[in-house]
Amino acid sequence: MNKYLIAATLMGALALAGCKKNVPEVATLPRDIATPTPTPMATPTVRPGPAAGSQPHFVAAMMGAETIYFDTDRFNIDGEDTASLRRQAEYMIQYPNARATVEGHADERGTRDYNLALGERRANSAKNYLVSLGVAENRLRTLSQGEERPAAMGSDEAAWARNRRAVTVMISN
Amino acid sequence: MTRWLLTIALIAVSAPALAQNTPNPLDPVGVDEVAAEVEGEGLSVTVTDDSAWADLGIAIPAFATDREQTTPANASGTTALGLELSRVVFNDLRNNGLFRPAGPDSLPRPSYGQITAPAWSNWQNRSAEMLVQGYVRAGADGRLTVGCYLYDVALQTELVREGWIVQPDEWRRAAHKCSDLVYSRLSGESPFFDSRIAYIAETGPKDNRIKRLAIMDSDGANHRFITGGQSTALSPRYSPDYTRIAYLSYTDGNPRIYIYDIATESQVLVTQSSNPTFAPRWSPDGRSILYSMAVGGNTDIYMVAASGGTPRRLTDSPGIDVGGSFSPDGSRIVFESDRSGEQQVYVMNADGTGQSRLTFFGGRAGTPEWSPRGDQIAITYIAGNFRIGVMGTDGRGLRLLTDAWHDEAPTWAPNGRIIQFFRTERGNGNTAIYQVDLTGENERRLATPVGASDPAWGPVLP
Repeated sequence: MNKYLIAATLMGALALAGCKKNVPEVATLPRDIATPTPTPMATPTVRPGPAAGSQPHFVAAMMGAETIYFDTDRFNIDGEDTASLRRQAEYMIQYPNARATVEGHADERGTRDYNLALGERRANSAKNYLVSLGVAENRLRTLSQGEERPAAMGSDEAAWARNRRAVTVMISN
Repeated sequence: MTRWLLTIALIAVSAPALAQNTPNPLDPVGVDEVAAEVEGEGLSVTVTDDSAWADLGIAIPAFATDREQTTPANASGTTALGLELSRVVFNDLRNNGLFRPAGPDSLPRPSYGQITAPAWSNWQNRSAEMLVQGYVRAGADGRLTVGCYLYDVALQTELVREGWIVQPDEWRRAAHKCSDLVYSRLSGESPFFDSRIAYIAETGPKDNRIKRLAIMDSDGANHRFITGGQSTALSPRYSPDYTRIAYLSYTDGNPRIYIYDIATESQVLVTQSSNPTFAPRWSPDGRSILYSMAVGGNTDIYMVAASGGTPRRLTDSPGIDVGGSFSPDGSRIVFESDRSGEQQVYVMNADGTGQSRLTFFGGRAGTPEWSPRGDQIAITYIAGNFRIGVMGTDGRGLRLLTDAWHDEAPTWAPNGRIIQFFRTERGNGNTAIYQVDLTGENERRLATPVGASDPAWGPVLP
């Protein structure tokens, strides 16, 4: 499933990233190059996987990096988020026909209208960062889901931390 | 909407006693007691002990009828309808904490003639201090005439009476009018029973909950789903004249405010924009709609004519400015903003000038709603748990009315004496509408067909 990711375009993305203020210099390159994922055994013929730029293809490539997480009521992009957003940007740059929706979410411990605004703010934070990494703005849209679509069902801090998120979702062409 | 609801001069048209024998006060009357049936729909679950509250014994026997007639209002004629009318009044009055009424299912049934000539001893023997009697008559045109009389049993005098002519399918409104008449006369407060509530009906699992726009009478009756649930609906608000509902829908995949016209069952966008719009609120005169819109991730509050046109931006802070509620005279708007770093309540003039922060107590404050009386603002108070509170319009004197894990989104009864809100259960996220009076002592859950949130109480019906 996991093709040789994205390494080719990395330099371009990094160069763009360096132009943005507040973005730390990146010293580490993706681990994926050194440890490519083993291909499934006994498959002499290459089965057609998900199409490049499709949501299944994107999710397989991201391995969790399609989602970034936020602190309570916050929408800033922290260090862990930047690594995920770089992988998303690399993907978008490698597959220039891909378009995506960034969905912003809030946890249940808020009021609904505020959470709609908060979800939109989080989605925009992620989107703006992707744009700063070189993804054309017209390839990204935002959608606030407020607190309406939690990823974790619990009512505890661990669940809420998983629900305060922005998820990048490919738009099927 | 108002054409059929006529206040009539009971002096001229009532006098049902003319057709009856003079009742003997010593005779037991209305011995045909009716077996108790369901307690009626609407509010249920008494949390607090009503006997600790000022309680007034009010007897509410079945309403009489001049002659049994079929009516489109029910399946079994005006005699049965009289019983139903009195049950509605009984349920209204027992659910607000001021009174301790006895309902028709435990009382003798007065005859038509006794409605205007009560059998006093009958009620004195039952320790009733007040007596509500009424009748229903079906007219030749199919409309119903409902009379409502309030008596002081000790003084053996009539305190107030009023009658209404209604279409058969609006018979419950006449009962609510009767409840309002009794409530207002005895409490000195403005009426509120004859009103409706828009809310969000919730079904399904927490991660894929179906949220539908729904409406019901103030007691939960006449329930109706407006939307089918294909797309999430949120934050409804009745227009002051009840002809339209502004609400949020994900109909086209994005959160947008629509104005739904109840008569035509059609809806239009409140404003054409590629940006998300949410949290709609009507101005008291129904001419303007306040809404929140996020542009580039930053949410501000805008106002637009309900008929459309160019919106006017009222806030421009880099924080989230959202929601809003007009003062009853329409001159001021209370809203929430996190411009200070956390949700707090602010106030501004209706043109956006003069913005200032109102809440400075510990914790956060959101979803402010100005009382229809103008004297208080209800909020969601957030400090650990989410609770419903009220404070003065200067932001001082916060009083918390509820104490649960997550209570949210207060909405005022038309008379400003009762607040509804919704409560979310920890874990499964199930929601229900509750109401509480301003003492915080009388809290009840509203019976709804499915889960319920985002209540929006409209004014007294026109």
